[in-house]
Amino acid sequence: MSETLIRPRIEARPLGERLAEKLPLLLVPLLMLGGLIVTGSPSTWATLTVAGLAMGLMIFIMASGLTLVFGLMDIINFGHGAFVAVGAFIGFTVLTWLSGWTGHPSVLMNLAAMLIAVTVTMLATGLIGYGFEKVIIKPVYGQHLKQILVTMGGMIIAQQLIHVVWGPDALHLSRPLALQGSWVIGDAAIEKYRIVAVGVGLALFVAMRHVLKHTKVGLLVRAGVENGEMVEALGYRIRRLFLVVFMVGSALAGLGGVMWGLYQETITAHMGSEIMVLVFIVVIIGGLGSVEGCFIGALLVGLLANYTAFAAPKVALVSTIGLMVVVLMWRPQGLYPVVKAK
Amino acid sequence: MLMKLLSGDRPASPVLTVLLLVILIGLAFAPFLFPGSKPLETAARICIFIVLVASYDLLIGYTGIVSFAHTMFFGLGAYGTALGLTLGGASFAAAGLGALCGVGLAALLALAIGLFSLRVKAIFFAMVTLAIASAFAVLVSQLSFLTGGEDGLNYKIPRELTPAFKLFAEPVLGLRIDGKVLSYYLVFGVALALFLALVRIVNSPFGRVLKAVRDNGFRAEAIGYKAVHYRTAATVLSAMMAAMAGVLLALWLRYTGPATTLSMEIMVDILLMVVIGGMGTMYGAVIGATLFILAQTYLQALMGLAEGATAGIPLLSALVAPDRWLLWLGVLFVLSVYFFPTGIVGRLRAGKAGAA
Amino acid sequence: MAEPLLTLDGVHTHIGPYHILQGVSLTVPQGGVSVLLGRNGAGKTTTLRTIMGLWRASRGEVRFDGRDITQLDTPSIARAGIAYVPENMGIFTDLTVAENMALAATSGPIDAKRLSWVQDLFPPIRNFWNSSAGTLSGGQKQMLAVSRAIIEPRRLILIDEPTKGLAPAIIVAMTDALRQLKETETTILLVEQNFAMASSLGDTVAVMDDGRIVHAGGMATLVADAGLQERLMGLSLEAHQ
Repeated sequence: MSETLIRPRIEARPLGERLAEKLPLLLVPLLMLGGLIVTGSPSTWATLTVAGLAMGLMIFIMASGLTLVFGLMDIINFGHGAFVAVGAFIGFTVLTWLSGWTGHPSVLMNLAAMLIAVTVTMLATGLIGYGFEKVIIKPVYGQHLKQILVTMGGMIIAQQLIHVVWGPDALHLSRPLALQGSWVIGDAAIEKYRIVAVGVGLALFVAMRHVLKHTKVGLLVRAGVENGEMVEALGYRIRRLFLVVFMVGSALAGLGGVMWGLYQETITAHMGSEIMVLVFIVVIIGGLGSVEGCFIGALLVGLLANYTAFAAPKVALVSTIGLMVVVLMWRPQGLYPVVKAK
Repeated sequence: MLMKLLSGDRPASPVLTVLLLVILIGLAFAPFLFPGSKPLETAARICIFIVLVASYDLLIGYTGIVSFAHTMFFGLGAYGTALGLTLGGASFAAAGLGALCGVGLAALLALAIGLFSLRVKAIFFAMVTLAIASAFAVLVSQLSFLTGGEDGLNYKIPRELTPAFKLFAEPVLGLRIDGKVLSYYLVFGVALALFLALVRIVNSPFGRVLKAVRDNGFRAEAIGYKAVHYRTAATVLSAMMAAMAGVLLALWLRYTGPATTLSMEIMVDILLMVVIGGMGTMYGAVIGATLFILAQTYLQALMGLAEGATAGIPLLSALVAPDRWLLWLGVLFVLSVYFFPTGIVGRLRAGKAGAA
Repeated sequence: MAEPLLTLDGVHTHIGPYHILQGVSLTVPQGGVSVLLGRNGAGKTTTLRTIMGLWRASRGEVRFDGRDITQLDTPSIARAGIAYVPENMGIFTDLTVAENMALAATSGPIDAKRLSWVQDLFPPIRNFWNSSAGTLSGGQKQMLAVSRAIIEPRRLILIDEPTKGLAPAIIVAMTDALRQLKETETTILLVEQNFAMASSLGDTVAVMDDGRIVHAGGMATLVADAGLQERLMGLSLEAHQ
């Protein structure tokens, strides 16, 4: 490859425009600051903030696949929540088999059990995603109304099948021994599991950004989000790409389901549709199709939900709707609107 | 005369005409034809859901918008009436005022949601309404000092509508005309009027523009129709109709709670009824609601029998348990979206066209 | 003469309720530049999109290199050796110039020699190699679009109005580059409304109107025959001269 001899001269965009692009990033620290003022106590604030970040990042895990699927193929899977619930139940089953390991005093055994549970779950939900795409979504590709109806129908069926397989009652899902309890830092008690959730969420975000920026598949996904037709005209099968993204998204929903289940320690067949509300709010706030926007939206929703749950518990969910309304009034297409060709 | 009432919108299929007539007569004379309280409950539910589903059809079938907030509007009407009766006592004035507030609030909320999110995409609207409706349901269950929370509200309705009230001393055609029967006819009459009003709306010039916007929003815009305005107007109308159905429900049940008005399951029921009946036909709402509620009431008993019969076979028995009723509806729903997107009404009409 | 590289035989294309192509028959010989002229809405873009399989022909046959490609999907058509430069250029603005080019090289890493040849044809591709494609000017985007199409040798390149909306100086540069490209083994099917450019590059020409080919022949004949030009110009070019 030839050396770049002449430095490219990029037309400098106005400062205001560049600032506006970064502005959404500022919202997260701003909200944290607001939380500090409202709670008034640093230790309470620290606990709530970690809880908020953990919740936000778990929502991000579930929402990222959904938003990419939408960006790539203009499909919103209203049945995405089913993968969350199914994932949680599969994780439950695996962790029950491995209860000797999860109850073991050795941290290593605990983590091994978690790892196995997560891997099995993601493989299973990824495969179910394959079937779901082939059977449920493919026939109604390109028809929005039918997509919404059919994926909703798929969700109902999945929830009912969970009842058939795992019974109608809520199940208790206990965390591995090493992840129970809290660390006390100063006055603040930080649940260990929340730190783990934050770590997993951040790792996923970094990995996802890396794949999207530095691998050919990632480039194709980004190109496909902008102009799928041109990707095809270059000789790539976008449907195959989409299937891969759909499966990854489903696997991530499953991962999110296990993590959410361990976080709540209770799982029900309806947990998927409950979380979907938060996931939708996050995806809308971020801008449909944008992974970065989804990340910021998830953090905002997680933090806000925890601060308001402390300050005014009755309106916690309504506050996130309020956030959505405010963001949409500011940016009608979400924080990071995705540019579409045509 | 009849055609005028139906705004010239013929059922356009002999089988459909007969079915509709049977349903109409069945509902009109339900207290006389099917004595007992359970059949009357079923008939009233059918009346209310016909309005609810038809108003949803105005949105999904005629405007091409999928909303998940229809139960929220339904609930607003019901809770408005319920609160009116709870706070203002068992008078028609209190019920009326509450109903007015509920319907008005539904209209305002629909206007706000419509202006706010109909500019973008159908998918976007669906997501926003889903989020808002869920938040509303949670809010209602949280504000228990006002709404009774998960338990809902029990209240008294005007005496004229209760079984204690007797209109005539003597039975008519062997039926004692008490307040319950009056109450049923109130529900039936209002539901019929609302349904005919909806039929009129979709066959008016306004309705035709809606269809034009649905089929080709771009073109309709080019001709000069503001698509957003028409979609928003349809959303508001549909929300008000749903709220009025909610008013009827609140009066009929003498109880209003999240499970009977706001739950996602009711939303799913509405979707099933409109899809199975036939989207964009109005008559589909009648057929869909009637079949669905009859099946819900009587088919579940049948599934109970099937469960008993297959008790020895573990998985099969679980699959046919009455609680799994929704599973089979879900399957039916997906299949009908794929294979009968025009529902029963569309099938009947197509069958006739094929034969002709 | 050898068999033509591309043949359209009685091709009809419907888009929704509209019947756009109404029996297009067209041959593109091996090598050189074939030009497709016609007024707006005559069906030129639809013809290119139908060749690429982006819209499906409802009737008729498209043959490429002796092979029926009518029913192939777009990626297979691309991989059979046809590159496409759409009217809107189809640049991925979220990606850098380098990434755009990397995606265009479908059979492996970019060949350094070929890249340096492309960059000599279009210097901005070298200068802005690591810039975001969204920051390029319209002319630079057009150059990137053509560069993507030629970064690997292709039998046929379909180019839809490469001079549309460009400044005269850039049109000259683009014309120059296409002339050099003409010297290679690649065949070009060019949709153009700029007759000066079209006539200076084209070897053969076809004129479309109302979804049909109304004239086909050598470019020299058309350039020489003022009367024929007059008649076809009336159809196709008057609005643009």
